[in-house]
Amino acid sequence: MSRRVKLALYALLCVLCVPFVFPTWWMVTSSVKPISDIFAFPPALVPSRFDFSTYGRVFELQPFGQQYLNSLYIAAVVTAGTMAVAAMAGYAFARVRFPGQNLLFLVVLVGLLIPSEVTIVPLFQMFHAAGMTDTHWPLILVPILGAPSVLATFIMRQFFITLPGELEEAARVDGLGRFGTFVRVALPLARPALGAVAIFTFLHSWNLYLEPIVFLSTPSKFTLPQALTQFVDAYGSPLWNVQLSAATMTALPVLVVFVLAQRQFIEGLAHTGLKG
Amino acid sequence: MTDLGDRVAERPATRHRHFWTIPRRDALVGYLLVSPQLVGSALFVLLPLGLVVYYSLQEWNVLAGTFEFVGGDNYAKLLADPNMGQVLTSTALFSVGLVVLNLALALALAILLDQRLRGTTLFRTLFFSPVLVSLVAWTIVWQFLLQQDGGVNGLLGVAGVDGPNWLRGETTALLSVVVVQVVKNVGLNMVLFLAALQGVPRQLYEAAQLDGAGAWTRFLRITVPLISPTILLTSIITVVGSLQVFAQIAVLTQGGPGMSTTVLVYYLYQQAFQFRHLGYGATLSVLLFLIVAALTLLQWRLRRKWVFHES
Repeated sequence: MSRRVKLALYALLCVLCVPFVFPTWWMVTSSVKPISDIFAFPPALVPSRFDFSTYGRVFELQPFGQQYLNSLYIAAVVTAGTMAVAAMAGYAFARVRFPGQNLLFLVVLVGLLIPSEVTIVPLFQMFHAAGMTDTHWPLILVPILGAPSVLATFIMRQFFITLPGELEEAARVDGLGRFGTFVRVALPLARPALGAVAIFTFLHSWNLYLEPIVFLSTPSKFTLPQALTQFVDAYGSPLWNVQLSAATMTALPVLVVFVLAQRQFIEGLAHTGLKG
Repeated sequence: MTDLGDRVAERPATRHRHFWTIPRRDALVGYLLVSPQLVGSALFVLLPLGLVVYYSLQEWNVLAGTFEFVGGDNYAKLLADPNMGQVLTSTALFSVGLVVLNLALALALAILLDQRLRGTTLFRTLFFSPVLVSLVAWTIVWQFLLQQDGGVNGLLGVAGVDGPNWLRGETTALLSVVVVQVVKNVGLNMVLFLAALQGVPRQLYEAAQLDGAGAWTRFLRITVPLISPTILLTSIITVVGSLQVFAQIAVLTQGGPGMSTTVLVYYLYQQAFQFRHLGYGATLSVLLFLIVAALTLLQWRLRRKWVFHES
């Protein structure tokens, strides 16, 4: 490749980066800008001075700490639960023989065809009848057991299918039962696939928006995405600077953790089942 | 095999050794392992799917306190709904725009990153980073950037272009939602394409080059067929995903201006949870399900025609 072509490619990459990087940069820097800077035209790339006062306002206007905990614990429980359910079902569908297997797998796959929006009306009704509206149960149970976990099961099955049969033969000769083989032999090998499932599931739960606004009505039970839209003044106009501080607190920790761990997980995503 | 079976079966339950053969034990473990997923599917997928069809046959208005069987009335209402034309047009424009832009950009970025330049890992991270930013946070930032005096027009102003008020014009609002969503999620498809591209054997390109094939021919005749399974997978995920975009529209435009960004999911939400017409909302859900199912099956069918299989 000639120098000139290389230079052109780098220039192209840099230009293409702008819409991907600028919003995040702008969100973080604006959250510590004085309000006059936020509305500066053309936009200021760096704060003229640092002003952290809006961070305090975030916690005054809403029970933001509680809401942060809500989102964190729901995402953690959903991620752990989905990994367990999907690993078990994926392994059974891939490696165990039992009557009715293919039919049952097809039944489960129906979930892939159903956007959660399709079932939101009856789910609301079911949880309402069970007295579980305005609780976190729908946000935990449905993702772990319902349609969202089907993709996870599918990914795990695609992974377990690729395991060589000899491994299981060997485990069996060593006296491990079927369940022991699953836990001690197959599961440790499935770490990349489990990692991909964990990331998908965490992000899905963390970003959930329709379900919280349908199911929850008490501010102290809200999750972060829902809370972010509530920073408005008495007339319903957004309090931009407060909103941006809350958005930064929501987005930045996850972004940093994932960027630090990105090698494992981008490669995990790319090399598990999802290659089709 | 029987020897082995007896040996294993001997350990825990000698009394049942003749009944609990290895295949039977396997089947039991199999059922136990799939049971949470199966119970979940029955309870949270199949039951609600049945209920949504049942509800769609009811006149059910929470505010008016009505719930009675009306047969196909809701479906007749659907056909006669004056908003439906606009909703379906917006949905189609939105989905087509999003899928085309997303897949084209994902593939272009993946090809750029596959050029063995130094520092591509950094660019990969940058292009991927919006995937990791909280969806509503991302949307709120863009809402600000897309204001009349926001950052986008600020940047355009530096280039001497006078930008429109993006979220207030019908065409620009739809376009804005598409672009915001594509930039947010294109990294995912990009990573999948990149993995597929790296799986294409380099010798094929070299051989084709020796035969005098140009870059474009190599792309069409080698790259596209070899990564076609990934193209299929990403297009299915993206098409289904495009029909589920809700938060972005709820935050950015609330379906407006007019009804220009009221896609089917948003219309469903309005009818069911804002106007409390749950019966009609259920009918719209059935329509959404049929569209998603039809598109997925169609793509799965097309797979035989144009997806290249190595074996």
